[in-house]
Amino acid sequence: MPKIKLAEKTINIVKEICAKYDNNEGELINVLHNVQAKLGYLPAEVQELIAKELNSSVAKVYGVVTFYSFFTMTPMGEFPISICMGTACYVRGAEQVLDEFKRQLKLEIGKTTEDGKFSISCLRCVGACGLAPVVMVGEKVYGRVSPQQVRKIIAEYQDGCPSS
Amino acid sequence: MADYKMHIMVCGGSGCRASESDKLTQNLDTALQKNGLEEDVQVVTTGCFGFCEKGPVVKILPDNTFYTQVTPEDAEKIVEEHIIKGRQIKHLLYEDPNAKELIPDSKHMDFYKKQVRLALRNCGFINPENIDEYIARDGYAAIGKCLSEMTPEAVIEEIKESGLRGRGGGGFPTGLKWDITRKSEADQKYVVCNADEGDPGAFMDRSILEGDPHTIIEAMAICGYCIGADKGLVYIRAEYPLAIERLKIALDQAREYGLLGEDILGTGFNFDIELKYGAGAFVCGEETALIHSMEGLRGEPTFKPPFPSVSGYNEKPTNVNNVETFANIPVIINKGAGFFSQIGTGSSKGTKVFALAGKINNVGLIEVPMGTTLREVIFDIGGGIKDGKKFKAVQTGGPSGGCLTEAHLDTPIDFDNLIKVGSMMGSGGMIVMDEDDCMVAVAKFYLEFTLDESCGKCSPCRVGNKRLYEILDKITQGKGTKEDLDKLRLLGNVVKDTSLCGLGQTSPNPILSTLDNFYDEYLAHVEDSKCVAGQCKALMQYKIIPDACSGCTLCFRNCPVGAISGERKSPHFIDQSICIKCGVCYEKCKFDAIEIV
Repeated sequence: MPKIKLAEKTINIVKEICAKYDNNEGELINVLHNVQAKLGYLPAEVQELIAKELNSSVAKVYGVVTFYSFFTMTPMGEFPISICMGTACYVRGAEQVLDEFKRQLKLEIGKTTEDGKFSISCLRCVGACGLAPVVMVGEKVYGRVSPQQVRKIIAEYQDGCPSS
Repeated sequence: MADYKMHIMVCGGSGCRASESDKLTQNLDTALQKNGLEEDVQVVTTGCFGFCEKGPVVKILPDNTFYTQVTPEDAEKIVEEHIIKGRQIKHLLYEDPNAKELIPDSKHMDFYKKQVRLALRNCGFINPENIDEYIARDGYAAIGKCLSEMTPEAVIEEIKESGLRGRGGGGFPTGLKWDITRKSEADQKYVVCNADEGDPGAFMDRSILEGDPHTIIEAMAICGYCIGADKGLVYIRAEYPLAIERLKIALDQAREYGLLGEDILGTGFNFDIELKYGAGAFVCGEETALIHSMEGLRGEPTFKPPFPSVSGYNEKPTNVNNVETFANIPVIINKGAGFFSQIGTGSSKGTKVFALAGKINNVGLIEVPMGTTLREVIFDIGGGIKDGKKFKAVQTGGPSGGCLTEAHLDTPIDFDNLIKVGSMMGSGGMIVMDEDDCMVAVAKFYLEFTLDESCGKCSPCRVGNKRLYEILDKITQGKGTKEDLDKLRLLGNVVKDTSLCGLGQTSPNPILSTLDNFYDEYLAHVEDSKCVAGQCKALMQYKIIPDACSGCTLCFRNCPVGAISGERKSPHFIDQSICIKCGVCYEKCKFDAIEIV
């Protein structure tokens, strides 16, 4: 992977967050949550910086980032599509919905389309089991989704954000 | 609350919010203002009512009218018809799926009749963002009673007597756990609330935190008083933004009222709570893994002993309890151990909250006394199977539990009975399956989950589960043999016996229980290459029966991949090389002209 040089602004954001947690190694997970919320993802260079700031090792930071499914090292799409794969959604056909998204966008789980618009990921239960199967695009929740609706959902975002 | 004549309770749980209940609340407020009623009628955003299937849910007090699937557009009608004219709006009332009649209020709904709500006592009744409403329903009375009238030993004795056992899955006696932590000598101790609800399809803890956050704060403070800790930590999933937000609001309010912080209620007792966020790892529900995660490490479990009660967070004695366990504590203190222990069975006292989901009419959150049978839960409260299909199995205990069959329906639910029949209570997920669900595929689904979530520390879990998964995959592809079934059982037992923590020790349960209860289905896969439920795609094909096909083109128009061809009014044909076996044509055909072979 080619190395990227972090912008001054990014470096400051990361440093500020680490300082907010007193550069305490024990707060690593909180730091990562905050940094990812700001930057959208956690590239290797950012992890190196966090390790330095918290006086920890890169191996440890990387170990934590890759352990937890919430953290990602690749940027998500502008409209991240998450398909709930909790059991309730699974038995109501979430897999077929996921397959349809993969097929329509020609995308694998965890990947982003070339134009950076969409990415697909699986969720473990949003807790809206009454609406199963559930799909989230960004913050918006779609309930009782069938494979036939997939094309329509994608189309809503194809030309930017939907009005509602 | 005294000045208002009526209250409109709107569910603000995650499920109903996803169906725009927040917009509904706004519209209701606007409609009340328009009619000059804002002084007489109050709109209250509450926690989960439990009846998620038909959300968003609205309940009107004092008459208990229960409206379901209410849209933001219905707001005006509710105000004009119901509030002003006193007429119920028929099309929003709940229709009993079996009796086919409209139910005017929640008290007459089968869904609620058999429930006993202790842990969920305030969910759907109060505004979780208002501490006064919690206090009005005996909130913070229990901590007051403990601090002013009871010694820590007496409180622990009360909890022990109540028979309360851990609701997170383990079922360890709560009073005993507190006692052990109390007796561990140290300069610092911690109370931890485990709100890392990882079981996919379970949302009890989230609903309690969203609907009644103060009860958790109060119970943690009581625990702190008992074990001698002044610090509490809530380990909560980052995926629960609404629960986090409400908990934060509740913490601020409790501090403002002097119910958290230093010198609580003037008794000299100090206690405060901090939030720690999970980051998506199922294994972190295991207490040692959870503690490592709170310390900023990978959430890998470690050998017990030492138990967290002796050496936990920062190597200090730590008492870890689950959200639902804590939610029961104020009830026990307020109403007494005797009240609590008279509910339930011999070894399991009190109630249990279940997240009922899957192929069932009333998906939702329910709380029933221990000892209620699966049949009562599924058919009386749950309203039976969706679309009139046949019940096949119920899965309890999430990825660690097992699948039970019709033969187990009359088993009274409690910790020990469920283990006896090869499943477990777990945290309370309950997924109902019908005739269309393939049990081999279900076992594979759960194993895929554990495989994904295995931390990789011990080899039985890391490697064993992978091999188990490969065998299951082979079977669902139609390439399995009868020997594979024996291998599954043998290896499953090895993984169960030799894994380090609860995750690995229970991960083969879905396989072992389906092997026990649905062996014929496995046999059909390996001997006849047949998937009875028609779910294993490699083993099936959709075919059009030419004689039955009327050429209506409905399947042709609905096929998402264009695999169907044919002229109007003449039989159609499915190209198997293009077909993705999604089943749309099968569902759409009105002439039963499509068969699964």
